[in-house]
Amino acid sequence: MLRLENITQVFGGLTALEDVSFSVKEGSITGVIGPNGAGKTTLFNIVTGLYTQTKGEVFLGGENISFLNTEELAKLGLVRTFQNVELFRQMTVLENVMIGLHTKSASGIFSCAFKLPGQIREEKYILQKSREWLTYTGITDLADITAGNLPFGKGRLLEISRALAAEPKIILMDEPAAGLNSRETAELASLIRKIKESGVTVVLVEHDMDLVMDICESIVVLNLGKKLAEGTPRQIQENPAVISAYLGEG
Amino acid sequence: MVTVKKRQLLVFFVFAAAVLLAPFFLKGNYLLNVLVFVGINTMLAIGLNLLLGYAGQISLGHAAFFGMGAYISGIITSRFPVEPFLIIFLAALCVGVIAFIIGFPILKLKGHYLAMATLGFGIIMYIIFNETVDWTGGPSGLSGIPNLRVGSLVFDNDWNNYYLVWVFTLAVMLLSINLSRSRIGRALRAIHDSEVAARVMGVNARILKVQIFTVSAVISAVAGSLYAHVMTFIAPASFGFNFSVELLTMIVIGGLGSVYGSFLGAAILTMLPELLRVFQDLDIVIYGLMLILMTMYMPGGLIGGMEAAVRFALKKIGKGENNNAQA
Amino acid sequence: MDNFQQLFQYILTGLSNGAIYALIGFGFAIIYNSTGIINFAQGEFVMLGGMLTIFFLSVFQMPLVPAILLAIVVSTGVGILFERLAIRPLKDAQPFSLIIITIGASIFLRGAAMLIWGKDTHALPAFSSNDPLYIAGATILPQHLWILGVTVLIIIASRIFFNYSVVGKAMRACSYNPRAAGLVGINVKSMVLLSFALSSAIGSLAGIIIAPLTMTSYDVGAMLGLKGFCAVIIGGMSSGMGTVFGGLLLGLLESLGAGYISASYKDAIAFIILLLILFIRPEGLFGSKETERF
Ligand SMILES: Nc1ncnc2c1ncn2[C@@H]1O[C@H](COP(=O)(O)OP(=O)(O)OP(=O)(O)O)[C@@H](O)[C@H]1O
Ligand SMILES: [Mg+2]
Repeated sequence: MLRLENITQVFGGLTALEDVSFSVKEGSITGVIGPNGAGKTTLFNIVTGLYTQTKGEVFLGGENISFLNTEELAKLGLVRTFQNVELFRQMTVLENVMIGLHTKSASGIFSCAFKLPGQIREEKYILQKSREWLTYTGITDLADITAGNLPFGKGRLLEISRALAAEPKIILMDEPAAGLNSRETAELASLIRKIKESGVTVVLVEHDMDLVMDICESIVVLNLGKKLAEGTPRQIQENPAVISAYLGEG
Repeated sequence: MVTVKKRQLLVFFVFAAAVLLAPFFLKGNYLLNVLVFVGINTMLAIGLNLLLGYAGQISLGHAAFFGMGAYISGIITSRFPVEPFLIIFLAALCVGVIAFIIGFPILKLKGHYLAMATLGFGIIMYIIFNETVDWTGGPSGLSGIPNLRVGSLVFDNDWNNYYLVWVFTLAVMLLSINLSRSRIGRALRAIHDSEVAARVMGVNARILKVQIFTVSAVISAVAGSLYAHVMTFIAPASFGFNFSVELLTMIVIGGLGSVYGSFLGAAILTMLPELLRVFQDLDIVIYGLMLILMTMYMPGGLIGGMEAAVRFALKKIGKGENNNAQA
Repeated sequence: MDNFQQLFQYILTGLSNGAIYALIGFGFAIIYNSTGIINFAQGEFVMLGGMLTIFFLSVFQMPLVPAILLAIVVSTGVGILFERLAIRPLKDAQPFSLIIITIGASIFLRGAAMLIWGKDTHALPAFSSNDPLYIAGATILPQHLWILGVTVLIIIASRIFFNYSVVGKAMRACSYNPRAAGLVGINVKSMVLLSFALSSAIGSLAGIIIAPLTMTSYDVGAMLGLKGFCAVIIGGMSSGMGTVFGGLLLGLLESLGAGYISASYKDAIAFIILLLILFIRPEGLFGSKETERF
């Protein structure tokens, strides 16, 4: 599904990623873990086209997507969530999800301004679909709240709902459990499983090891910008290099 | 949801009816003349608001597009026996093309840099209005611009001009309201809140920003053409940096991201100096203070403040009813 | 030979104007680097410097030097007030709120100056004699020398301040990373205040030294402020010496452009350069590029 080849990213003098290669199987949940500053978010930024990598290539379903921009990638079915929760804070929860359907609709400025019939039909579709997604993630009762006023955990949930509304093939989640309490984390785990069951590939950056070991089928470990290990949760847990990288830090 | 939509439509129709009936109560009144300019400024404020209030992209050079519309219409119709309405479209088209082209490099910039670039563009155009004396008449202005006419109807008095301008203004208002409640309107607001998240959700922020910049410039140009024909005389002083700031003040006072707020701000800033003579020397001091105070204490503008007040009142009434029911 | 003299004259004029732009640009950069704000009101402090000096000279009959010092003190006070009343109360303001507020402050100050001092233009007497000096056939006024001298002094002083003094180093730390600076015990708020104070002081000084040459009035601030901004953009916000170079380059290009191309488009030159730089190399000629983080 997703394949990274020799990804290198240099910022000024700092090499944030060096020769990282791995691939993600279709329909799987893959974890990317590593200590702070390992380069996980940078990796997501490259895959989603926000950064242009210094070297290396990215493939999605066999197609080279290294130089496609972020919007085009969304159309191809690659979306993500952010470590620092990027909501449209002044819009309602429902409207946030409606933006998720942007790639599923096409009316331009002209037909929107003149309310052409096609646009009205589309608008109905967007509204109906968005409500379905809110039901899917269980936040229907928050629909009319301004996103900026949501409690943190619900914000994370909204971000995932919005991404799902784009009906992606693959979704990248950057630390979705950060800041959640244990009940919310458990709910998140079952939501991620449900997403996977529906056929969407999930890539997960996460510091919560219990969650990662619980739901991921395969795991990639980054440390200081390099790939340290790759394998099943069991293999990773037993890998001495991983243990020393993590335990060495405390 | 349906009722909300119906209510919005109703509000617009009430507003439009009030606008269209107003002249009958103001026959021969000087206010009618002022309201013509309220209409023009409302168009300009809405244009800027689409860009700043919705998409969150600042422009300190919008007076330039207003001026370009006015000069293109003014120069061509005062020299050649052409159909002025046609020239309004020509002016809109030219300004649109120019805005589209400069939009790409300009809207790559963000925040302060965007502000400075648009300001720079505005000043360059202002210098051009002043220095191309053969065309524009330079600082002393361009006169002899004909009034618009349809058949034997000449738009040469306040009554006619009022309807001329307000038909355009109401159209711009309605289209903007439609736009703001569509996927494009939402996408613009999304760009405002988080451009990166909008892009990840497939919103082509770069193109959309340029498009709305172009739309906004075209609206300003149409307002400029109408202004030229209503005034029959134009001079660069109306299209300088100060006017760009005045437009900004209108939407900050009225309400960022609100079509009716744009009208409110335009009405206040157009009428105050006419009604209060003392205002004339004090104007920029007051604008300055208003910009600062509104941004600090009422970021939603007067419309936002009024909405909050209404909500508060409704809540109070609702509570009162509940209490009554209990009693 | 005549041509050469003329060129030399243009260069001299260009350099002295450029020095002023550089000083004003310095004011922009000081605030930007400690707060991320572009202070659109910067030019008004330039205006205040000149107008206040003239005011103290004519109304209070003060001698020149005390009048200048007092003008700088008052302008600095206005800068401090502005920060306390309109900038500090805003927390986590969006850039465009800050743009609108500084624009508001700018037109407020300009309007207030017009109400107090009227719309007339005034000239400050030259600091020393008014007799031109002749260098290689070009004339140079002693005031030009004052301008160049003061600019060089300010640049040297500020280099020393930012590189060697504790407070200057603290200000630089804030600009790199305000949170970290706060954690190591630097009072970020007072550094921001200090940056506003410093930048209004430097701005007003620029306004004072140029007033004898170009006359001054309530509305000179807008254009000078914008030119100063062009200077920093050319040089790059993050580069101190870049600003100086940017200012001088701008002054030179303007003066040569006015001389050889068209005097009436002189002001347009600065803005065309501004747009070109913003379009092609927004980090400036000497600045370094940064990647936005997500
Ligand atoms: N835009 C940028 N410019 C310069 N350096 C950057 C940029 N983005 C990231 N870095 C650097 O690259 C390195 C990797 O950062 P990254 O955010 O990818 O780490 P991470 O693995 O996501 O860490 P965390 O677990 O803390 O989120 C860090 O040293 C960071 O400072
Ligand atoms: Mg990260």
